Amino acid sequence: MMPGIKLGLGLVGAVGATLLGIAMISKFQLPPLDVVQRGYRGTAMQVNYNEKQLATYLAENKVPASLPAVPAAGPKAAAVYKNVQVLGDLSVGQFTRLMVSLTNWVSPKQGCAYCHNTNNMAEDNLYTKIVSRRMIQMTQHINADWQPHVQQTGVTCYTCHRGNPVPNNIWFNDPGPRASGGVFMAAVGGSAGKNYASGSVGDASLPYDPFTPFLENDHSIRVQGEEALPGANRHSIKEAEWTFALMNYFGNSLGVNCTYCHNSRAFSDWSQSSPAKVVAWHGIRMTRDLNADYLKQLSNAWPVNRLGPTGDSPKLACATCHQGVYKPLYGVSMVKDFPELRQPGSEAGLRYLNASWTPATPMDPAKPAE
Amino acid sequence: MAMLTYEEKYRVRGGTLVGGDLFDFWVGPFYVGFFGVTTLFFSALGTALILYGAALGGDWNIWRINIAPPDLSYGLGFAPLKEGGLWQVITICAIGAFVSWALRQVEITRKLGMGYHVPFAFSVAIFAYVSLVVIRPVLMGAWGHGFPYGILSHLDWVSNTGYQYLHFHYNPAHMLAVTFFFTTTLSLSLHGALVLSAANPPKGQAVKTAEHENTFFRDTIGWSIGTLGIHRLGLFLALSAGFWSAVCIIISGPFWTRGWPEWWGWWLNLPIWK
Repeated sequence: MMPGIKLGLGLVGAVGATLLGIAMISKFQLPPLDVVQRGYRGTAMQVNYNEKQLATYLAENKVPASLPAVPAAGPKAAAVYKNVQVLGDLSVGQFTRLMVSLTNWVSPKQGCAYCHNTNNMAEDNLYTKIVSRRMIQMTQHINADWQPHVQQTGVTCYTCHRGNPVPNNIWFNDPGPRASGGVFMAAVGGSAGKNYASGSVGDASLPYDPFTPFLENDHSIRVQGEEALPGANRHSIKEAEWTFALMNYFGNSLGVNCTYCHNSRAFSDWSQSSPAKVVAWHGIRMTRDLNADYLKQLSNAWPVNRLGPTGDSPKLACATCHQGVYKPLYGVSMVKDFPELRQPGSEAGLRYLNASWTPATPMDPAKPAE
Repeated sequence: MAMLTYEEKYRVRGGTLVGGDLFDFWVGPFYVGFFGVTTLFFSALGTALILYGAALGGDWNIWRINIAPPDLSYGLGFAPLKEGGLWQVITICAIGAFVSWALRQVEITRKLGMGYHVPFAFSVAIFAYVSLVVIRPVLMGAWGHGFPYGILSHLDWVSNTGYQYLHFHYNPAHMLAVTFFFTTTLSLSLHGALVLSAANPPKGQAVKTAEHENTFFRDTIGWSIGTLGIHRLGLFLALSAGFWSAVCIIISGPFWTRGWPEWWGWWLNLPIWK
């Protein structure tokens, strides 16, 4: 080889290696750590946090101040306003307070007009109003019927929305990239729903849509055998990968690791697991329930631009509420200031959810009504 | 034990690091030296404390004996003997015994006028142990991050520690360490096979020489590393395996607290294809 080419290649290599090295090193964090012990000493059941990163999370998950409570006295909202189907039992003052809070939580920039025709607030011609009515019912249902998961802390609109009309961290059925891995993948029988660095599973190459089988459908998550030797356990390695993908998603959604719930020496054994595993078990059932009875029920209400690539409804999962934190908003209860969101909701308004209904004027939420 | 005829002439005085002539003698085949005494002291004390800990644990099943480090709440302080303090003292004994052994190797090496390759190699193993029970716990702020002393319990610790980072196979230093472990095994087996094949010709033929060995590899892969080189390579591969193992656990926690797959974001977000 010519000496010039050799030198040139050497230089390119040195510069490339330096840049890659910098990119790699800069990804690391520096101590100190904040570590929470979750099991008997020496079992390494613990959750590790980098203090600097934890400070960012604490700042990002602050609860906004609640509007001052107003008396329940006075005329009821249902008597004063038209078409109040869910919150009619509130006093006008309470009703207005909740509507203003809801606007602050969900559409602070877009205001009332995001859901209402401001010339006729009673009208139901915006899909956003249909959706938000159902979401209020969902919130009430969660707080009243899913206390094994949300306990007394409960949830409000803010738990998911955080000032965004469409919450971050929702999910759709994922058919996978169109060019599914090219010739190689085709040769080995397709990507099998995995083998990409997928954000949904924390950039692992595990199956990228563990939501559909486990949080929309109720496929069995358990794959571990109950005996030491093979034989009785008919679960495949592929099934284990799907479960592992879901568990990676859980961990990343809550900012915890596997040992937050499990002792990995026996994942499935309740007696060796932490109590959080029970809460998570209820959470899985809650998520399936909410996706089936609330999000998917709205399938006729969503405009096309709110649907997923296969035309499915947006759906929720752990990260929708938790947003990287083991308890949403670090366990601060907002719903204690809004007892109306704790009452078991009426099922009013469901007539809009049948297949024949479509909103009169479909609206692009990216361009809220003037 | 009988001594080999040539052995006596290598039993030379001096070369000690500590203690001068005081412990410069042999017991049977064993060189004693100051560090032989300290090795014995730390080993005996440490083993006795492990037996004491096993007695406290009340389970004499060899698989289940467990001497656990303190709760994290003790931080970098001393814990009561029965609540992890025992683990702390045993750790001191273990490091004392391992380091004494390495220094005894240094003294013997000096007597024989050899290179320090053996104590150096053993030091890498000590470094891996010290990484687990001193360096990483200090960086993470508590002795409780050390691994427990027990056959099953330390395996449980390894498993859970791996799952603290969701998917440990994405740990870059773990990748290197595993690769070196496999490669060191491969190269040792190639080397062993080559030497045995040269030393075991068909009946009636002469034992083959290093030239045959070199020619075999030149014919196979175009190049032979040579008789000295293969041992340098073997040492490098083996020490690299231990070294990167130590690195892979030191970076897990102190320098990265999240899932290892997520660490690769630096690669996924390179400006070329982001």
